[in-house]
Amino acid sequence: MMIRASVDVRGLSCPQPVMKVKQAMLIDGVQLIEVLTDDETSRENIIRFAESRGWSVSLIEGEDQVSTLEITR
Amino acid sequence: MRSKSFLTSLYGPIITGVAVGILAPLLVHYGNPGNMGICVACFTRDLAGALGFHRAAAVQYIRPELIGMILGSMLAALLYKEFKPRSGSSPIIRFVLGAVAMIGALVFLGCPWRALLRLAGGDWNAIIGIVGLASGIFIGVQFLKSGFTLGRNRPSSKPVGLVMPVFAIGLLILLIFKLQFGKDASGNTLGPIFFSSTGPGSMAAPILLALAVGLIVGYLAQRTRFCTVGAIRDVMVTGDKRLLYGIIALLVAATGMNLLLGQFKPGFSGQPISQPEAMASYLGMLLSGLAFTLAGGCPGRQFFLSGEGDGDSAVFIMGMIAGAAISHNFNMAGSTAGPGPYSYAGIGIGLAICIILGFTMKNSNA
Repeated sequence: MMIRASVDVRGLSCPQPVMKVKQAMLIDGVQLIEVLTDDETSRENIIRFAESRGWSVSLIEGEDQVSTLEITR
Repeated sequence: MRSKSFLTSLYGPIITGVAVGILAPLLVHYGNPGNMGICVACFTRDLAGALGFHRAAAVQYIRPELIGMILGSMLAALLYKEFKPRSGSSPIIRFVLGAVAMIGALVFLGCPWRALLRLAGGDWNAIIGIVGLASGIFIGVQFLKSGFTLGRNRPSSKPVGLVMPVFAIGLLILLIFKLQFGKDASGNTLGPIFFSSTGPGSMAAPILLALAVGLIVGYLAQRTRFCTVGAIRDVMVTGDKRLLYGIIALLVAATGMNLLLGQFKPGFSGQPISQPEAMASYLGMLLSGLAFTLAGGCPGRQFFLSGEGDGDSAVFIMGMIAGAAISHNFNMAGSTAGPGPYSYAGIGIGLAICIILGFTMKNSNA
Protein backbone atom coordinates (compact mmCIF):
# COMPACT_ATOMS: atom_id res chain seq x y z
CA MET A 1 0.00 0.00 0.00
CA MET A 2 1.49 3.31 -1.07
CA ILE A 3 1.85 5.83 1.74
CA ARG A 4 0.72 9.19 0.47
CA ALA A 5 0.93 12.62 2.03
CA SER A 6 -0.96 15.74 1.12
CA VAL A 7 0.47 19.23 1.41
CA ASP A 8 -1.33 22.48 0.67
CA VAL A 9 1.05 25.37 0.05
CA ARG A 10 -1.38 27.75 -1.62
CA GLY A 11 -0.87 31.36 -0.63
CA LEU A 12 2.21 30.76 1.52
CA SER A 13 5.28 33.03 1.45
CA CYS A 14 8.80 31.82 0.71
CA PRO A 15 10.27 29.56 2.00
CA GLN A 16 7.26 27.85 3.56
CA PRO A 17 6.19 25.84 0.48
CA VAL A 18 9.56 24.09 0.21
CA MET A 19 9.77 23.67 3.99
CA LYS A 20 6.39 21.95 4.12
CA VAL A 21 7.39 19.56 1.34
CA LYS A 22 10.67 18.92 3.14
CA GLN A 23 8.72 18.01 6.30
CA ALA A 24 6.42 15.69 4.35
CA MET A 25 9.42 13.84 2.95
CA LEU A 26 10.39 12.92 6.49
CA ILE A 27 7.14 11.03 7.14
CA ASP A 28 8.05 7.41 7.83
CA GLY A 29 7.77 5.37 4.64
CA VAL A 30 6.12 8.08 2.55
CA GLN A 31 6.34 7.42 -1.19
CA LEU A 32 4.01 9.93 -2.80
CA ILE A 33 3.38 13.54 -1.86
CA GLU A 34 0.59 15.55 -3.45
CA VAL A 35 1.30 19.27 -3.30
CA LEU A 36 -1.44 21.77 -4.00
CA THR A 37 0.04 25.06 -5.30
CA ASP A 38 -1.26 28.30 -6.79
CA ASP A 39 2.00 30.09 -7.54
CA GLU A 40 4.56 29.54 -10.28
CA THR A 41 7.54 30.50 -8.11
CA SER A 42 6.49 27.97 -5.45
CA ARG A 43 6.15 25.31 -8.12
CA GLU A 44 9.62 26.04 -9.50
CA ASN A 45 11.19 25.93 -6.03
CA ILE A 46 9.41 22.70 -5.05
CA ILE A 47 10.33 20.97 -8.32
CA ARG A 48 13.97 22.00 -7.98
CA PHE A 49 14.06 20.90 -4.34
CA ALA A 50 12.38 17.53 -4.94
CA GLU A 51 14.60 16.68 -7.89
CA SER A 52 17.70 17.69 -5.93
CA ARG A 53 16.69 15.04 -3.39
CA GLY A 54 16.24 12.43 -6.11
CA TRP A 55 12.44 12.42 -6.22
CA SER A 56 10.47 12.63 -9.48
CA VAL A 57 7.85 15.24 -10.09
CA SER A 58 4.84 15.41 -12.35
CA LEU A 59 2.52 18.35 -12.76
CA ILE A 60 -1.24 18.12 -12.94
CA GLU A 61 -2.71 21.40 -14.17
CA GLY A 62 -5.86 22.51 -12.42
CA GLU A 63 -8.18 25.49 -12.63
CA ASP A 64 -7.54 29.14 -11.78
CA GLN A 65 -3.75 28.78 -11.62
CA VAL A 66 -4.04 26.05 -8.98
CA SER A 67 -2.19 22.86 -9.82
CA THR A 68 -1.02 19.72 -8.10
CA LEU A 69 2.55 18.49 -8.06
CA GLU A 70 2.87 14.75 -7.60
CA ILE A 71 6.21 13.97 -6.05
CA THR A 72 7.32 10.35 -5.90
CA ARG A 73 10.37 8.88 -4.24
CA MET B 1 11.00 18.70 -15.24
CA ARG B 2 12.36 21.35 -17.56
CA SER B 3 12.01 25.06 -16.79
CA LYS B 4 9.79 27.00 -19.13
CA SER B 5 12.47 29.57 -19.82
CA PHE B 6 16.10 30.35 -19.11
CA LEU B 7 15.27 33.18 -16.72
CA THR B 8 13.19 30.92 -14.47
CA SER B 9 15.86 28.21 -14.59
CA LEU B 10 18.76 27.58 -12.23
CA TYR B 11 21.04 30.21 -13.77
CA GLY B 12 18.46 32.92 -14.36
CA PRO B 13 19.34 35.02 -11.31
CA ILE B 14 22.89 35.36 -12.65
CA ILE B 15 21.47 37.42 -15.53
CA THR B 16 19.74 39.74 -13.08
CA GLY B 17 22.88 39.95 -10.92
CA VAL B 18 25.02 40.89 -13.89
CA ALA B 19 22.46 43.45 -15.07
CA VAL B 20 22.30 45.11 -11.65
CA GLY B 21 26.07 44.91 -11.34
CA ILE B 22 26.50 46.81 -14.59
CA LEU B 23 23.61 49.25 -14.33
CA ALA B 24 23.85 50.30 -10.68
CA PRO B 25 27.42 51.65 -10.87
CA LEU B 26 26.38 53.31 -14.12
CA LEU B 27 23.65 55.19 -12.26
CA VAL B 28 26.27 56.36 -9.77
CA HIS B 29 28.46 57.48 -12.65
CA TYR B 30 25.55 59.53 -13.98
CA GLY B 31 24.62 61.18 -10.73
CA ASN B 32 23.30 58.85 -8.03
CA PRO B 33 24.97 59.09 -4.61
CA GLY B 34 28.15 57.11 -3.98
CA ASN B 35 27.74 53.33 -4.00
CA MET B 36 24.00 53.90 -4.27
CA GLY B 37 23.08 52.89 -7.78
CA ILE B 38 20.19 50.99 -6.30
CA CYS B 39 19.27 50.98 -2.63
CA VAL B 40 15.69 49.99 -2.01
CA ALA B 41 15.79 51.18 1.61
CA CYS B 42 17.50 54.52 0.94
CA PHE B 43 15.28 55.20 -2.07
CA THR B 44 12.13 54.41 -0.11
CA ARG B 45 13.39 56.77 2.59
CA ASP B 46 14.00 59.44 -0.08
CA LEU B 47 10.45 58.85 -1.28
CA ALA B 48 9.12 59.27 2.27
CA GLY B 49 10.98 62.55 2.40
CA ALA B 50 9.66 63.68 -0.94
CA LEU B 51 6.15 63.06 0.32
CA GLY B 52 6.86 65.14 3.42
CA PHE B 53 6.58 62.23 5.85
CA HIS B 54 9.93 63.20 7.32
CA ARG B 55 11.69 66.53 7.11
CA ALA B 56 15.35 65.52 6.74
CA ALA B 57 16.13 68.02 4.02
CA ALA B 58 19.09 66.13 2.62
CA VAL B 59 17.13 63.03 1.66
CA GLN B 60 14.01 64.00 -0.23
CA TYR B 61 13.48 62.77 -3.80
CA ILE B 62 11.11 60.58 -5.76
CA ARG B 63 13.46 57.88 -7.04
CA PRO B 64 12.46 56.77 -10.56
CA GLU B 65 14.26 53.46 -10.00
CA LEU B 66 11.52 52.37 -7.59
CA ILE B 67 8.83 53.34 -10.09
CA GLY B 68 10.60 51.34 -12.80
CA MET B 69 11.00 48.32 -10.55
CA ILE B 70 7.27 48.14 -9.85
CA LEU B 71 6.24 48.68 -13.47
CA GLY B 72 8.97 46.46 -14.95
CA SER B 73 7.93 43.64 -12.68
CA MET B 74 4.30 44.19 -13.57
CA LEU B 75 5.12 44.02 -17.28
CA ALA B 76 6.94 40.72 -16.86
CA ALA B 77 4.10 39.34 -14.76
CA LEU B 78 1.48 40.35 -17.31
CA LEU B 79 3.46 38.95 -20.25
CA TYR B 80 3.83 35.56 -18.57
CA LYS B 81 0.37 35.50 -17.00
CA GLU B 82 1.72 35.75 -13.46
CA PHE B 83 -0.10 38.95 -12.52
CA LYS B 84 -2.35 37.73 -9.72
CA PRO B 85 -4.01 40.16 -7.29
CA ARG B 86 -3.78 38.56 -3.86
CA SER B 87 -3.84 39.56 -0.24
CA GLY B 88 -4.81 38.50 3.26
CA SER B 89 -1.59 37.24 4.83
CA SER B 90 -1.47 39.22 8.08
CA PRO B 91 -1.05 42.59 6.34
CA ILE B 92 -0.77 44.70 9.50
CA ILE B 93 2.06 42.48 10.71
CA ARG B 94 3.79 42.91 7.36
CA PHE B 95 3.39 46.68 7.76
CA VAL B 96 5.16 46.46 11.12
CA LEU B 97 7.89 44.22 9.70
CA GLY B 98 8.45 46.71 6.88
CA ALA B 99 8.81 49.53 9.37
CA VAL B 100 11.32 47.78 11.62
CA ALA B 101 13.26 46.41 8.65
CA MET B 102 13.67 49.98 7.43
CA ILE B 103 14.72 51.22 10.87
CA GLY B 104 17.47 48.61 10.94
CA ALA B 105 18.59 49.32 7.39
CA LEU B 106 18.80 53.06 8.00
CA VAL B 107 21.27 52.55 10.81
CA PHE B 108 23.61 50.60 8.52
CA LEU B 109 22.71 52.98 5.68
CA GLY B 110 21.62 50.42 3.15
CA CYS B 111 19.43 47.50 2.27
CA PRO B 112 21.04 44.16 1.23
CA TRP B 113 21.33 45.43 -2.37
CA ARG B 114 23.34 48.42 -1.24
CA ALA B 115 25.39 46.30 1.16
CA LEU B 116 26.56 44.33 -1.87
CA LEU B 117 27.09 47.46 -3.96
CA ARG B 118 29.04 49.17 -1.17
CA LEU B 119 31.25 46.10 -0.95
CA ALA B 120 31.71 46.25 -4.72
CA GLY B 121 32.80 49.87 -4.32
CA GLY B 122 35.47 48.97 -1.79
CA ASP B 123 33.52 50.10 1.27
CA TRP B 124 34.72 47.51 3.75
CA ASN B 125 32.28 48.78 6.38
CA ALA B 126 29.70 46.79 4.44
CA ILE B 127 31.29 43.49 5.43
CA ILE B 128 30.04 43.62 9.01
CA GLY B 129 26.64 44.65 7.68
CA ILE B 130 26.45 41.54 5.52
CA VAL B 131 27.53 39.39 8.47
CA GLY B 132 24.71 40.99 10.47
CA LEU B 133 22.27 40.37 7.64
CA ALA B 134 23.19 36.68 7.54
CA SER B 135 22.81 36.52 11.33
CA GLY B 136 19.32 37.98 11.16
CA ILE B 137 18.34 35.63 8.35
CA PHE B 138 19.63 32.70 10.42
CA ILE B 139 17.41 33.71 13.34
CA GLY B 140 14.47 34.12 10.99
CA VAL B 141 15.02 30.65 9.58
CA GLN B 142 14.92 29.19 13.08
CA PHE B 143 11.55 30.83 13.66
CA LEU B 144 10.31 29.51 10.31
CA LYS B 145 11.48 26.00 11.23
CA SER B 146 9.57 26.17 14.49
CA GLY B 147 6.30 27.01 12.80
CA PHE B 148 6.27 30.80 12.27
CA THR B 149 3.82 31.75 9.55
CA LEU B 150 1.92 34.85 8.52
CA GLY B 151 -0.72 32.64 6.98
CA ARG B 152 -1.99 32.25 3.45
CA ASN B 153 -2.89 34.97 1.00
CA ARG B 154 -5.98 34.52 -1.13
CA PRO B 155 -6.84 35.65 -4.64
CA SER B 156 -8.32 39.14 -4.50
CA SER B 157 -10.14 41.48 -6.80
CA LYS B 158 -8.16 43.52 -9.32
CA PRO B 159 -7.85 46.82 -7.38
CA VAL B 160 -5.77 45.03 -4.72
CA GLY B 161 -3.10 44.34 -7.31
CA LEU B 162 -3.35 47.68 -9.04
CA VAL B 163 -2.81 50.10 -6.17
CA MET B 164 0.99 49.90 -6.31
CA PRO B 165 1.32 50.29 -10.09
CA VAL B 166 -1.12 53.21 -10.05
CA PHE B 167 0.76 54.71 -7.08
CA ALA B 168 3.97 54.33 -9.08
CA ILE B 169 2.51 56.15 -12.08
CA GLY B 170 1.18 58.86 -9.78
CA LEU B 171 4.65 59.32 -8.32
CA LEU B 172 6.14 59.54 -11.80
CA ILE B 173 3.72 62.35 -12.66
CA LEU B 174 4.55 64.18 -9.42
CA LEU B 175 8.25 63.77 -10.18
CA ILE B 176 8.08 64.99 -13.75
CA PHE B 177 5.89 67.96 -13.00
CA LYS B 178 7.82 68.76 -9.79
CA LEU B 179 4.67 69.65 -7.94
CA GLN B 180 5.63 72.50 -5.61
CA PHE B 181 3.94 75.35 -3.77
CA GLY B 182 7.16 77.35 -3.86
CA LYS B 183 10.48 77.77 -2.07
CA ASP B 184 11.53 79.43 1.19
CA ALA B 185 14.33 81.93 1.69
CA SER B 186 17.08 79.26 1.80
CA GLY B 187 15.87 77.63 -1.39
CA ASN B 188 14.19 74.64 0.28
CA THR B 189 11.02 73.44 -1.39
CA LEU B 190 7.78 73.99 0.52
CA GLY B 191 5.91 70.91 -0.60
CA PRO B 192 3.65 69.16 -1.18
CA ILE B 193 6.47 67.28 -2.86
CA PHE B 194 9.93 67.98 -1.49
CA PHE B 195 13.15 67.91 -3.49
CA SER B 196 16.49 68.11 -1.69
CA SER B 197 18.73 70.92 -2.85
CA THR B 198 21.77 69.45 -1.08
CA GLY B 199 22.87 66.06 0.14
CA PRO B 200 22.10 62.61 -1.24
CA GLY B 201 18.55 63.55 -2.16
CA SER B 202 19.92 66.08 -4.60
CA MET B 203 22.21 63.54 -6.24
CA ALA B 204 20.39 61.66 -8.92
CA ALA B 205 20.94 60.25 -12.36
CA PRO B 206 18.68 61.64 -15.10
CA ILE B 207 15.07 60.58 -14.67
CA LEU B 208 14.82 58.63 -17.93
CA LEU B 209 17.98 56.65 -17.25
CA ALA B 210 16.96 55.82 -13.67
CA LEU B 211 13.49 54.83 -14.85
CA ALA B 212 14.89 52.64 -17.64
CA VAL B 213 17.25 50.88 -15.23
CA GLY B 214 14.37 50.31 -12.82
CA LEU B 215 12.23 48.83 -15.60
CA ILE B 216 14.98 46.47 -16.76
CA VAL B 217 15.82 45.37 -13.22
CA GLY B 218 12.15 44.98 -12.34
CA TYR B 219 11.50 42.83 -15.39
CA LEU B 220 14.54 40.59 -14.92
CA ALA B 221 14.09 40.29 -11.17
CA GLN B 222 10.45 39.24 -11.52
CA ARG B 223 11.28 36.63 -14.15
CA THR B 224 14.26 35.24 -12.23
CA ARG B 225 12.61 35.51 -8.75
CA PHE B 226 15.69 37.47 -7.65
CA CYS B 227 15.93 38.02 -3.89
CA THR B 228 19.04 39.02 -1.90
CA VAL B 229 17.64 37.63 1.35
CA GLY B 230 16.42 34.42 -0.27
CA ALA B 231 19.97 33.94 -1.55
CA ILE B 232 21.27 33.43 1.99
CA ARG B 233 18.08 31.98 3.42
CA ASP B 234 17.72 29.19 0.87
CA VAL B 235 21.26 27.97 1.46
CA MET B 236 20.38 27.67 5.16
CA VAL B 237 17.02 25.96 4.56
CA THR B 238 17.83 23.48 1.78
CA GLY B 239 21.33 24.20 0.48
CA ASP B 240 19.78 25.65 -2.70
CA LYS B 241 22.26 28.06 -4.30
CA ARG B 242 20.17 29.35 -7.21
CA LEU B 243 19.67 32.83 -5.75
CA LEU B 244 23.14 32.88 -4.20
CA TYR B 245 24.67 32.63 -7.68
CA GLY B 246 22.68 35.74 -8.50
CA ILE B 247 24.15 37.88 -5.73
CA ILE B 248 27.65 36.59 -6.40
CA ALA B 249 27.17 37.62 -10.03
CA LEU B 250 26.00 41.04 -8.83
CA LEU B 251 29.08 41.45 -6.66
CA VAL B 252 31.51 40.42 -9.40
CA ALA B 253 29.87 42.52 -12.11
CA ALA B 254 29.55 45.59 -9.90
CA THR B 255 33.16 45.37 -8.75
CA GLY B 256 34.33 45.12 -12.35
CA MET B 257 32.13 48.03 -13.37
CA ASN B 258 33.36 50.18 -10.50
CA LEU B 259 36.98 49.44 -11.43
CA LEU B 260 36.20 50.41 -15.01
CA LEU B 261 34.54 53.66 -13.96
CA GLY B 262 37.13 54.59 -11.34
CA GLN B 263 34.56 54.18 -8.58
CA PHE B 264 36.39 51.47 -6.63
CA LYS B 265 37.91 53.06 -3.52
CA PRO B 266 38.92 50.38 -0.99
CA GLY B 267 39.00 51.22 2.69
CA PHE B 268 37.03 51.90 5.86
CA SER B 269 37.19 55.67 6.07
CA GLY B 270 35.92 58.37 3.79
CA GLN B 271 33.33 56.08 2.28
CA PRO B 272 30.24 57.73 0.77
CA ILE B 273 27.08 57.56 2.91
CA SER B 274 28.60 54.86 5.07
CA GLN B 275 27.98 54.38 8.79
CA PRO B 276 31.35 53.50 10.36
CA GLU B 277 30.46 51.90 13.73
CA ALA B 278 30.64 48.12 13.34
CA MET B 279 28.26 47.17 16.16
CA ALA B 280 25.55 49.50 14.88
CA SER B 281 25.89 48.18 11.33
CA TYR B 282 25.86 44.58 12.55
CA LEU B 283 22.77 44.98 14.72
CA GLY B 284 20.94 47.18 12.22
CA MET B 285 21.32 44.65 9.47
CA LEU B 286 20.56 41.79 11.85
CA LEU B 287 17.21 43.44 12.54
CA SER B 288 16.64 44.00 8.82
CA GLY B 289 17.63 40.45 7.90
CA LEU B 290 15.29 39.02 10.52
CA ALA B 291 12.37 41.19 9.48
CA PHE B 292 12.86 40.52 5.74
CA THR B 293 13.06 36.78 6.40
CA LEU B 294 9.85 36.80 8.43
CA ALA B 295 8.18 38.78 5.65
CA GLY B 296 9.28 36.38 2.92
CA GLY B 297 11.86 38.42 1.04
CA CYS B 298 14.24 41.34 0.65
CA PRO B 299 12.86 44.83 0.01
CA GLY B 300 13.57 44.52 -3.71
CA ARG B 301 11.56 41.31 -3.82
CA GLN B 302 8.71 43.04 -2.01
CA PHE B 303 8.66 45.67 -4.77
CA PHE B 304 8.70 43.01 -7.50
CA LEU B 305 5.92 41.04 -5.76
CA SER B 306 3.85 44.20 -5.50
CA GLY B 307 4.23 44.57 -9.27
CA GLU B 308 2.82 41.04 -9.60
CA GLY B 309 -0.28 42.14 -7.72
CA ASP B 310 0.68 41.06 -4.21
CA GLY B 311 -1.21 43.41 -1.89
CA ASP B 312 0.61 42.12 1.18
CA SER B 313 3.97 43.16 -0.26
CA ALA B 314 2.45 46.52 -1.07
CA VAL B 315 1.54 46.88 2.60
CA PHE B 316 5.10 45.92 3.57
CA ILE B 317 6.35 48.76 1.36
CA MET B 318 3.95 51.19 3.02
CA GLY B 319 5.41 49.98 6.31
CA MET B 320 8.89 50.73 4.98
CA ILE B 321 7.80 54.28 4.14
CA ALA B 322 6.39 54.69 7.66
CA GLY B 323 9.57 53.20 9.13
CA ALA B 324 11.70 55.68 7.21
CA ALA B 325 9.63 58.53 8.56
CA ILE B 326 9.88 57.16 12.10
CA SER B 327 13.61 56.61 11.73
CA HIS B 328 14.34 60.19 10.73
CA ASN B 329 11.76 61.89 12.93
CA PHE B 330 13.01 60.01 15.98
CA ASN B 331 16.70 60.44 15.14
CA MET B 332 17.24 56.71 14.72
CA ALA B 333 19.08 56.93 11.41
CA GLY B 334 22.81 56.49 11.11
CA SER B 335 25.15 58.83 9.26
CA THR B 336 28.80 59.03 8.23
CA ALA B 337 29.44 60.26 11.78
CA GLY B 338 28.06 57.07 13.32
CA PRO B 339 24.75 55.84 14.72
CA GLY B 340 22.08 58.36 15.61
CA PRO B 341 21.12 59.21 19.21
CA TYR B 342 18.24 56.72 19.13
CA SER B 343 19.60 54.14 16.66
CA TYR B 344 20.19 51.51 19.33
CA ALA B 345 16.83 52.22 20.93
CA GLY B 346 15.12 51.76 17.58
CA ILE B 347 17.02 48.55 16.90
CA GLY B 348 16.20 47.26 20.38
CA ILE B 349 12.49 47.90 19.99
CA GLY B 350 12.52 46.45 16.49
CA LEU B 351 14.26 43.28 17.61
CA ALA B 352 11.85 42.86 20.51
CA ILE B 353 8.92 43.17 18.10
CA CYS B 354 10.39 40.62 15.69
CA ILE B 355 11.14 38.15 18.46
CA ILE B 356 7.64 38.44 19.87
CA LEU B 357 6.20 37.97 16.37
CA GLY B 358 8.57 35.06 15.76
CA PHE B 359 7.15 33.19 18.74
CA THR B 360 3.50 34.17 18.43
CA MET B 361 2.65 34.16 14.71
CA LYS B 362 1.82 30.52 14.17
CA ASN B 363 -0.82 28.56 12.33
CA SER B 364 -2.56 31.74 11.21
CA ASN B 365 -5.43 30.52 8.99
CA ALA B 366 -3.06 27.82 7.66
